[in-house]
Amino acid sequence: MAKYTENELKKELETQEYKYGFYTDIESDTIPPGLNEDTIRLISKKKNEPEWLTEWRLDAFRIWQEMEMPDWAKLDFKEPDYQAISYYSAPGKGGPKYKSLDEVDPELLNTFERLGISLEEQKRLAGVAMDVVMDSTSVATTFQDTLAEKGIIFCPISEAVQKYPELVRKYIGTVVPKTDNFQAALNSAVFSDGSFCYIPKGVKCPMELSTYFRINQAGTGQFERTLVIADKDSYVSYLEGCTAPMRDENQLHAAVVELIALEGAEIKYSTIQNWYPGDKDGKGGVYNLVTKRGLCEKNAKISWTQVETGSAVTWKYPSCILKGDNSVGEFYSIAVTNNHQQADTGTKMEHLGKNTKSTIISKGISAGYSHNTYRGLVSIGRNAENARNFTECDSLLLGDKCGAHTFPYIDIKNKTAQLEHEATTSKIGEDQIFYCNQRGIDIEKAIALIVNGFGKEVLNKLPMEFAIEAQKLLEITLEGSVG
Amino acid sequence: MDLKDKLISSYSSLENQGDKELLTIRNEALKIFETKGFPTKKEETWRYTSLRPVIKEDYNLFPKTEQNLSFEEIEKYLVDDLDAYRMIFVDGVFSEKLSQLTEDKFEVSALSAAFQNEKYEEIIKKHFNKIRPQDDSLSALNTAFSREGAFIYIKRGQALDKPVQLLYLSTANESAMMLQPRNLVVIGENAQAKIIERHQSLNENPVFTNSVTEIFADKYAVVDYYKIQKDKENSTLIDNTYVDQADNSNVSIQTFSLGGKLIRNHWKAAQNGERIDTTFKGVTLLNGKQQVDHVTLVHHAQPNNESHQDFKGMFDDKSKGVFDGYILVDKIAQKTNGYQKSDNILLSDRAIAHAKPQLEIYADDVLCSHGCTVGQVDKDALRYLRTRGIPQKEAYALMMYAFCSSVLTSVTIPELQKNADAWIAAKLGVDMGFHD
Repeated sequence: MAKYTENELKKELETQEYKYGFYTDIESDTIPPGLNEDTIRLISKKKNEPEWLTEWRLDAFRIWQEMEMPDWAKLDFKEPDYQAISYYSAPGKGGPKYKSLDEVDPELLNTFERLGISLEEQKRLAGVAMDVVMDSTSVATTFQDTLAEKGIIFCPISEAVQKYPELVRKYIGTVVPKTDNFQAALNSAVFSDGSFCYIPKGVKCPMELSTYFRINQAGTGQFERTLVIADKDSYVSYLEGCTAPMRDENQLHAAVVELIALEGAEIKYSTIQNWYPGDKDGKGGVYNLVTKRGLCEKNAKISWTQVETGSAVTWKYPSCILKGDNSVGEFYSIAVTNNHQQADTGTKMEHLGKNTKSTIISKGISAGYSHNTYRGLVSIGRNAENARNFTECDSLLLGDKCGAHTFPYIDIKNKTAQLEHEATTSKIGEDQIFYCNQRGIDIEKAIALIVNGFGKEVLNKLPMEFAIEAQKLLEITLEGSVG
Repeated sequence: MDLKDKLISSYSSLENQGDKELLTIRNEALKIFETKGFPTKKEETWRYTSLRPVIKEDYNLFPKTEQNLSFEEIEKYLVDDLDAYRMIFVDGVFSEKLSQLTEDKFEVSALSAAFQNEKYEEIIKKHFNKIRPQDDSLSALNTAFSREGAFIYIKRGQALDKPVQLLYLSTANESAMMLQPRNLVVIGENAQAKIIERHQSLNENPVFTNSVTEIFADKYAVVDYYKIQKDKENSTLIDNTYVDQADNSNVSIQTFSLGGKLIRNHWKAAQNGERIDTTFKGVTLLNGKQQVDHVTLVHHAQPNNESHQDFKGMFDDKSKGVFDGYILVDKIAQKTNGYQKSDNILLSDRAIAHAKPQLEIYADDVLCSHGCTVGQVDKDALRYLRTRGIPQKEAYALMMYAFCSSVLTSVTIPELQKNADAWIAAKLGVDMGFHD
C-alpha cells in the first residue's frame, strides 16, 4: 500500500476503462442522415409543431448555413460531418409517449438500472422528479401531479410547445438567440427535445428537478433544448446528469440551455457530465459543444454548478447576464480530464445592472495526455455601478504530459467596479503527501484527500442528491487516487 | 494612397546599407508585411486596439536633412542630474554632435555604423533579426525599413559604468512623420548594462514610431532596461522588444507609460537556459483619450526559471488600458515559477480597463499564478489622510503613488526614480515629493 506512487496512479488512470459504457438495443424511429430544409420540416412535422416554430427552425438553419465553427477554443478535433448525422431518433417505433412505466421497453429500464438511476427507485425516492430523456423523446415523466398542484410546469419541451405555446414562444431564443453561435444556431434548427420548466410567481419548487440525457442510437446527434423560466420570487433547483454508452465513432452533442430568472427569482442549475470520453488512445468519445446561458432580472440569482468528467471534447461556457439591479451570478466548476480528453470550459459574467455580483470558482484537474482550459469573461458595463466580481481558477496537474491553461478576459467600463482575479497552477505537493504519510495516511489516500480538498469548494455547492454521484464520478475518473 | 501602399512603393527607393544577406532579410520582411498588412481588430491580440486612426495619417517617411538642434533644446528630455552616456537620434538620424559615447571603453555605436564595421560582422550576423517572430507584420515592417538605431554590445565580464540613454527625437515640423528605429543589444557573459529609452516628438504633428529592440543576455548577464513613454498627445508608439536569455541571466524591462495617444508595448522573452529571471513591470497613468497596451509573453522553455510581471494602471477621463499577458511553460520546463499581476484603478466613468492574464502550461511541477484586480482608492484610507490635514488631491496622489510603489521602488537608477516620482506628481496635478 505504502509503495503506491504517482506513477502507478498514472498507469491506473491510463488503463482504466469507461465503466458505464454499454449499448441498449432498442428499435428506434430514426430518420436518414443529412441536413437540409426538408429534414427540418420533417422533424417539425413529426413533432406536430405549430407553423411559427417550423419557421423559427428554418430561419435558424439559414443563419447556421452562413456560419462557421469558431476555432478560437484550445481544442483539436475533427469537426463532425453534419450531413452524416441523423437529426431525429425516437425510441420505439413511432411511439412518442408512454403513459406508465409498464409501456416502457424493459431493456431501456434495465439500462437505467445499470446506471443506478432506475425509475422505480427514483419513484420511491420521493423528492426527485425525473424527466428521463433517452435519445430524443421523453419516455417517462414522474411526479407531474405533485408539481401540478403548485402550478409548476415540468415537461418535455415538445409537449410544452403543444400545451403552452405562448410561454415557449415568448421565451425561447431570448437568452441564446439563433444567431448566437454556430452550435446554438444548429441546435435551434434541429433541436429534438429537452425539458421545459416554469415556476409560477412566488412558488418555491418543493423538489429538485432532474433530467437524465442519454445518447444511445449509433450515429445520432443529440440536440437538447432546455428552457427554465422562474417567475417573480420563485425558486427552483435543477439537476442534469449525463452518461453515454461506449461507442467508437464520435458523437456530437450540441445542446442549448436557457434560464430566465425574473424579478427576485433564483435558479440553481447543477450538471454532472460523464459522457464517454473515448478510450485511452483518444479514440471515440462524445463531442460536447454546449451553449448555456441565464438571464437575471432585478434581484434575481442564477447559480451554475458543474462537474465535468466525461466527453472527448468539451466546449461549454455556462454564462449569466446580470441585467437587473442587485442580481447575482455564480459559477462553480470542476473539470477533470484524463487520457486524451480536451476541455475548454468556463463562464461569462455580463454585469449590466447596478450592484450586481458574480463569483467564479473553477477547478481544473488534468491527467494523462489531456488538456484542460479555463476560458472566461467578466465584463462590467458602463452603467453597472458597484459591480463586484471574484474569480478563482486553479489547476492541478497530474503527470507531465498534460496541459492546464487559463485564458481569462476582463473588461471593465465602470470605475466603481471591484474585481479580483486569481489563478494558480500546481501539482500535488510532495510536502503535502509527506505530511499525510507522517500521520499514517498512505499515498493513495493522501492523493484522494488532496484532490477532494482541491475540489471541495465546488463539491459543496452540489445538491445532496448529486454530491454522492459527483464523488462517485471523481472516483471513477481518477480511480485509484480517490476513496 | 494608404500607408501600406505608400510604404511598399517607397521601399525600392531606400538604399541598403550592409551586405547582401541583410538585403535578403529586408526583402523577406517586406514580403511578410505585404501579405499581412497592418494588424486589425480581428486579430486576437489586437481585439481592443485599432490602428486605423493612426495609419490614416499621411506620414513623411523619409525626413530630408538632419535638423539643427542644440543640446540645450533637448536636455530637458534626458533624465535630470544623471551622469550617463547618451545616444541621440533626430528624425531617425544619429546625431554625433548631441550624443556622448563611451569612446573606446565599450562597444556602443549607431547600428548603421556597426553594419559597416567589420569587427562587428560576426556579432551582427549571429544576432540581428534572430528572435523577431517571423510572421509578425509590424516588426517585419521595421526590419524592412529601419536604417538606424542603437547598437550596444557589452563584452564578456564588462559592466557599463554609467547607464546609456537612448533618445529618439522627431521634429515633424511640416507634416506627420513615421519613424522606425531598430536597436540591437548584446550583453555578453557576466556583463551588465543599464539602458534608458525615450521617444519624444518636438512638434504637435502626429508621429508614428514603430520600434524594434532585440536583447540578448548571455550567461550571468544582467540587463536593466527602462522605457520612458511620455510623449506628446499626437504620438503613437509601437514598441516591439524581444529578449533572449541564457543560463543565470537576469533581464528586467520596466516602463513608465504616461503620455502619447497610443502606446503599445509588445514584449517577448524566451528563456533558453536555466536559473533565469525575467521581469516585466510597468506603471501606466493615463487621462484624456490615451491608450496603453501591454502585450507580454514569457516563454519558459527550460527548467528552473522564474518570471515576474507586475503592471499597475490608473485610468482617468476616456483613457483605456489593455493588459494581455501570456505565460507559456513548455513540457520540459519543470520547476518554473511564473508570476503575473495586473492591478488597475479606474478614475472616471468613461475609462476602460481590459485584462487578459493567460497561462498555458504543459509541465506539472510548476508554480504559476496570475492575479488581476480592478478597484478604487480606499475611502477610509483617504479619510485618514484628510483628517491629518492633507488636501483631497494630495491625499489621492499619495494613495496612487502607494498603489504603484512596488514597481517604482524597484528602479535601480536613483536619479531615474526621482524623475519618475516627479512625472507622476505632475501627471496627477500635484506639487509634492513622495519622499521627504
